[in-house]
Amino acid sequence: MSETRPLLEVKDLVKHYAVRGGVLRRQVGTVHAVDGVSFSLGVGETLGLVGESGCGKSTVARTVLRLVEPTSGSIKLNGADIIPLSKSEMRPVRRSMQIVFQDPFASLNPRMTAGDIVGEPLTVHGLASGDAKQARVAELFRQVGLRPDQMKNFPHQFSGGQRQRICIARALALGPSLIVCDEPVSALDVSIQAQVINLLIDLQRAHGFSYLFIAHDLAVVAHISHRVAVMYLGRIVEIADKTELFANPRHPYTQALLASVPVANPKMKRLKPMVDGDVPSPINPPSGCAFHTRCRYVIDRCKVERPALADAGTGHQVACWLNDGTGRPG
Amino acid sequence: MTAVNYDSELRRAGAHATHGWRRLAFLAQRYVLGTFGLFIMILFVWTALSADLIARYDPLTVDSAHRLASPSWAHWLGTDSFGRDVWSRIIHGARISLAVGIGSTALGCTIGVFVGLISGYLSGWVDLVFQRITDILQSLPLLVLALVMTAALGPSLPNVIVAIAIPLIPTVSRVIRANTLALREQPFVEAAKSIGMSETRIAIRHVLPNTLAPLIVLATAQLGSTILTEASLSFLGLGIPEPYPSWGRMLSESAAEYVRTAPWLVIFPGVAISLAVFGTNLFGDALRDILDPRQRG
Repeated sequence: MSETRPLLEVKDLVKHYAVRGGVLRRQVGTVHAVDGVSFSLGVGETLGLVGESGCGKSTVARTVLRLVEPTSGSIKLNGADIIPLSKSEMRPVRRSMQIVFQDPFASLNPRMTAGDIVGEPLTVHGLASGDAKQARVAELFRQVGLRPDQMKNFPHQFSGGQRQRICIARALALGPSLIVCDEPVSALDVSIQAQVINLLIDLQRAHGFSYLFIAHDLAVVAHISHRVAVMYLGRIVEIADKTELFANPRHPYTQALLASVPVANPKMKRLKPMVDGDVPSPINPPSGCAFHTRCRYVIDRCKVERPALADAGTGHQVACWLNDGTGRPG
Repeated sequence: MTAVNYDSELRRAGAHATHGWRRLAFLAQRYVLGTFGLFIMILFVWTALSADLIARYDPLTVDSAHRLASPSWAHWLGTDSFGRDVWSRIIHGARISLAVGIGSTALGCTIGVFVGLISGYLSGWVDLVFQRITDILQSLPLLVLALVMTAALGPSLPNVIVAIAIPLIPTVSRVIRANTLALREQPFVEAAKSIGMSETRIAIRHVLPNTLAPLIVLATAQLGSTILTEASLSFLGLGIPEPYPSWGRMLSESAAEYVRTAPWLVIFPGVAISLAVFGTNLFGDALRDILDPRQRG
C-alpha cells in the first residue's frame, strides 16, 4: 500500500501544551502531547493509530483536522500544506476531511433532529437546500443503514450504534477524501462495534476515501487497517503493514502491546507480559527513547539518544536502537 | 456534561409520557407545590391583563366622601386616605408588578445571555474584562444597585425596569458563561468546527439552544426577586411615581400613619406582594427540579 500516492503527509508534527500555575499563571511546564510524529496515508488506505490512553493519538487526530493548532510540523493534504492556511482558507479544505468521534452521545447536538445534523454540512457549504437537501440526507441515511423516516427524530431517541451511524452520515455528507475516526467504536457494545466497523469498511470500498483510524483496541485495528502505527508518549515507535506488524512486531513496546491482547486463537503462542509500571508523565518525558524506563532490553544508548524511525525491512519502520535499529532483541 | 438534555431528565424523573397533556398531568401531580405556584402566576397574569374588567372602580379616582372606609360590600378591601378603592388599586398594581417583573427579567436575561455567550466563547482578555465587571456588580446587593440606578435615572416605569435589569445581568451572564465553557468542549461543537462552520454560527446554533434550560430556570427564579425589588424601590419612594398604583408605594403611603387605624391598607398590598413572589418562587423551584436536577439542594 505504501506505493500509492499519499493523500495525507504528516511531518514532524509537534503539539506542546503549556502547564500554567501560580498566581501569575506562569508557565511551569510543558505537556509533550505529540512530539515529532511523521506518517503518510495513501488514497483509499486505512492507517490504524494505536497506543495507550494519553499517548497523543487524539491530539494527532485533532491537529490533522486543525481543530487544535500544532506547535510545529507540516500537514500536507494532496501535497498542499494546510498549517499556514487561515480560517477562511481552511473552509474549502474542510470539505475533504471529516471526523467521527468516540462518544456518540456527546457528538450530536441534543436539540437538533438527526436530519438537521446530517444536513448541516450541506447548508454550511451551500451545497444543497430545501428538497434537494432532504433527498441527499435521506440518501445518506440509507447509506449508513438508517431509515429516512428517522430523520425527524432527536439524538436521544437513537441507540449508541445508531448515533454513531448519524455521526458517520454527517462525516460523509461533504464527500470527504479523508475521515479521521477517533476511537469510533470504543464506546459501543462489542456486537455493535462489529456492525459499525463493517459499515466503515463497506463505505470505504464504495467511496474510496482514506481513514486515519485511532483506537486502543488492537483487534478492531487489525480488522480495519491496512497499515498500523504504534504510538508511545507522543511518538510513533513502529509503523508497518498490518500483517507484518502483527506477525513480526519489532519494537519492544509493540511486542508488549500485542502480548497483552487476549487472542481468540488457541494455536497462537502467547507472549508473557513484558512491561510493568505506568506510562511516564508527558510533562517530563524520559530522555532518549521514551520507552527506556519500562523496556526489558534497555541499553545505555537508549537513555541518552532518541532513536529515529528507521526502515527495518520493506516499509517496516521501527524507532529502536536494538541491533542497529532492527528492533529485534538480540 | 453540562448540556442538559431535559427530555431524558424528564424520563428519569419518571415521566413516561414525554408529550402533551399526559406529561403535564404527570408533572402536575408530582410537583403539587409547583403547580400551585403556576396557578398563582396564571391568576396574577390574568388579573393584570383583565384589570379593567375586574376592578370595580377607577384606581386613580379620588373620593373624599369615603376616605379610609373599612372593607365593605361597596369597597371589598376598603379605601385609602384619598378614598381610592384598594381592591381596584391592587388589581391595577398587578400590571405594574408584571410589567416590571417580566420587562426587567427579559431585558436582564437578554443582555446577560449576550455577555455570557461572548465571554465564554471568546475567553481571553474579553472574558477577563467582562468577568471583573461582573465581580464588581455582584459585590453589591441587587436592591442597593437598583436604588442607585433609579436615583440616577429618575423614577418612571421604563427607568425602574432598566434599573432592576442591570443588576440581573451578572447573575445571568455567569450561568450562561459557565454553560458555554462546558459546551465549547463538547464533541458536537468540535464536529461543527470540522464541518467548517463559523464561530458565530456555532455559538447561535449549537451553544445557545443548549443553555436555554438553565436560563428558563434562572429567569423564573429571578422573576420573584424583581417583583420584590420593584416593591422595595417603590416603598422607598424611588419606584413607580404617583399616582399609579404600585404595591410597594401603597405600603409606604400607609404603613406609618394608618397601620393602627386602617390596617387593610397595609395588609392587602402586602399579601399581594407575598403571593406573587411566593407563586413565582414555588413554580421556579419546581421548574428547576424538572429541568436541572443537579441543582437540587
